Amino acid sequence: MSLVLSEDQVMIRDEAARLFAEMADSARIREVLSHDLGHDAQLWARVAGDLGWCSLTVPEQSRGLGLGAVETVILMEAAGRRLAPVPLWSTAAFAVALLAHVSTPEACETWLPRIAAGETIAAVAAPGISDASGLMGIAAETENEGYRLSGRVGPLIDAPVADLLLVIARMGTGRALFALRPGQGVEVRRVRSLDGTRSYGELDLSHVPAMARIDRGDLSEDDWTKVVATAQLALAAEEVGAARGAMDVTLAYIADRVQFGRTIASFQAIKHRCARLEIDLAEARAMVYGAAANAVSASPQERLLEALGARALATDLAFRAAEEAIQLHGGVGFTWEYDPHLYFKRAQASAMLLGRQDEHLSTIADIVLRAGVGS
Amino acid sequence: MSQDPVAALRAEVRHWMETHLVGRFLPLKHRGHAGDGDALPELRKEWERELAAGRWTCPGWPEAWGGRGLSVAEQVAFQEEYARAGGPGRLGHIGEGLVGPTLLAFGTEDQQRRFLPGIRAGTDFWCQGYSEPSAGSDLASLSTRARLDAATGDWVVHGQKVWTSLAHLSDWIFVLARCEEGSVGRKGLIFLLMRLDQPGVEIQPIRQIGGGTEFNAVFFDGARAKARDVVGQPGEGWSIGMALLGFERGISTLGQQMAFAQELDLVCEIARETGADRSPVIRQRIARAWVGLRAMRYLAMRVLAEGTDAEARIEALGYKYHWSNWHRDLGRLAMDVMGPVATIEDADPRRDRLRQLFLFSRADTIYGGTNEIQLNILAEQGLGMPREPRGTGGR
Ligand SMILES: Cc1cc2nc3c(=O)[nH]c(=O)nc-3n(C[C@H](O)[C@H](O)[C@H](O)COP(=O)(O)OP(=O)(O)OC[C@H]3O[C@@H](n4cnc5c(N)ncnc54)[C@H](O)[C@@H]3O)c2cc1C
Repeated sequence: MSLVLSEDQVMIRDEAARLFAEMADSARIREVLSHDLGHDAQLWARVAGDLGWCSLTVPEQSRGLGLGAVETVILMEAAGRRLAPVPLWSTAAFAVALLAHVSTPEACETWLPRIAAGETIAAVAAPGISDASGLMGIAAETENEGYRLSGRVGPLIDAPVADLLLVIARMGTGRALFALRPGQGVEVRRVRSLDGTRSYGELDLSHVPAMARIDRGDLSEDDWTKVVATAQLALAAEEVGAARGAMDVTLAYIADRVQFGRTIASFQAIKHRCARLEIDLAEARAMVYGAAANAVSASPQERLLEALGARALATDLAFRAAEEAIQLHGGVGFTWEYDPHLYFKRAQASAMLLGRQDEHLSTIADIVLRAGVGS
Repeated sequence: MSQDPVAALRAEVRHWMETHLVGRFLPLKHRGHAGDGDALPELRKEWERELAAGRWTCPGWPEAWGGRGLSVAEQVAFQEEYARAGGPGRLGHIGEGLVGPTLLAFGTEDQQRRFLPGIRAGTDFWCQGYSEPSAGSDLASLSTRARLDAATGDWVVHGQKVWTSLAHLSDWIFVLARCEEGSVGRKGLIFLLMRLDQPGVEIQPIRQIGGGTEFNAVFFDGARAKARDVVGQPGEGWSIGMALLGFERGISTLGQQMAFAQELDLVCEIARETGADRSPVIRQRIARAWVGLRAMRYLAMRVLAEGTDAEARIEALGYKYHWSNWHRDLGRLAMDVMGPVATIEDADPRRDRLRQLFLFSRADTIYGGTNEIQLNILAEQGLGMPREPRGTGGR
């Protein structure tokens, strides 16, 4: 296993960095904020349409490129760094993994080529997937020629802009996957979030027709675990990117700001805090890229362990980088005009997706205390 | 599988360790690591010769010098298997890992011919004479003097080194000294190879936090280095000395991770025994330790990978900080899971190992550049932030 990016991967990385720097700069993000949609349709058309980035991990037989976890984390990191207001994680990472690993061939045939072509935006409702409290979750029961879905979903990112909603529900002792279109058994209500860089919605679930169920039926827990690991890892990559972005903003500011006759970047207290962040960034990024490279050969459980590990690190990091951004900007860090608050709000919102950090850590502890440290 | 050279090497090392770290060498298992460096010295010297006989000293050196010319991946595999088997801390490490590569890169043919074989054979042991009482983090302020004796061409040395690990068990020391009268900072330094067993050298052991004496004060009062034992040119000492440190953050840290994993496993085992594993807070700390260790592994792989890019070079600057602080935290976690008996000096070897970990890991964030210095370096070289201002005074 090598952790050195291939030439192609470096190309994707550089290309993605350039594109997001150009099309998701601060001015553009603020324009998106002013429309209150948390979605940049223009950027999405470029990313998913022209450039076909949603096709990267779609299997080749479904007209994708069949690439792997490393390419996904590269894109997610780049998008995160600019807080790009596009449904990349929901669609290209989570939904693609769900469809490819869990759904029937017909569902794959229906949806994956559309996602690959950038024609479909998907959002995934998986409230119970890593919820240790058991409070969240959707239950499915059979009900005249179809299913009744009920339960608490919580705010769901990208739902208001999605034309495909994938809903993971508890069904008896297992799980089931439903593919729904807004208005057909599910209503989406837009909600406002502190984080204006994504669109958030809530779902009202009701009766859905039998054909909406698209899981293969013969699924094991491992199949689901792989999907969750993929989604967690991609999200961790986005968080690492967001941390990097917050640090970009901070490092630029402190290099210019002068107090006591010197730049504030020259104060050791500040240097050390930035260096600490950089070390933690390196740690989280290594975990993300290591887990991605290991994904092909690791067992589902190990993939989950590593993905949760990546999340645990990245969630902390994204928040700390953002709070340091505010603090080291001083008064202007508290203004709407400067960018730190965007990272701060995004970090907190992301931290609550797919489970809290303490839940990730307790899952890790369960596995490590049972199965050993491994090496 | 059997065609994979790394796997084959692993099997070979495992087998060799299983058949050699036995009998009279058995007490060496897990002993002699950082902080415990003075444990069972005579037996460990014999162990070095045993390793040498098996061609396991200096496996990364070129074959011409008795090494195996192993690739980075193979050296990592060797280190991991060595640590997995509980291989003792290597008395030969400074010679093998620091002096050897430095001489291979900068030494004269004559120096290579005279020094490399003894290191390879596990018969000549080396120590590092950098730090001084007034030159620690600020190494460039060192004041040990080397003066040329015109009659003999020897360099005559006066001054004091301190914290010199294993000096009392070593044959040779490399010394950074000031060879130009009135020079300051990095200029005017010389890198000398000196015999310890000579008039004008006095070694005084210093007792450490754990009660043992792994490091020493080394006094020079007219001790001599031959002209042919200068590495590089007089005046170039700083660049040689820094290049040597570059060899330090190498591959051995991956073997160290295997030992870290064993320590964490032991912490988990004891947590289950004491019931500490039922505490949600302890569980979170164990999980964090696991994550930190796995990330460390990937970090090392990124840093060590050949053809690394700018990002990886910055990551390399933070690596020492990461592992040393991780290890220190593990030391505390180990104590906390043991409970009140943790501080009681009983004979239980597992508890003893963790107690030692608790104490010795405090050195990890001091030697080889303290935490604070690592952060300075990362901020300045990695993030391009302004350099620390230099003072003009002090007493
Ligand atoms: C177990 C052990 C083994 C060792 N083995 C060897 C050896 O074999 N050979 C050898 O030459 N040396 C050895 N050392 C010495 C080691 O390299 C030094 O201890 C280290 O470089 C720190 O120097 P110092 O002890 O003088 O501390 P100081 O430099 O006095 O530092 C004291 C404190 O001040 C902080 N500080 C210093 N400068 C700055 C700054 N610019 N900014 C912020 N904080 C600062 C430090 O981080 C530290 O916290 C060993 C040390 C230990 C603990």
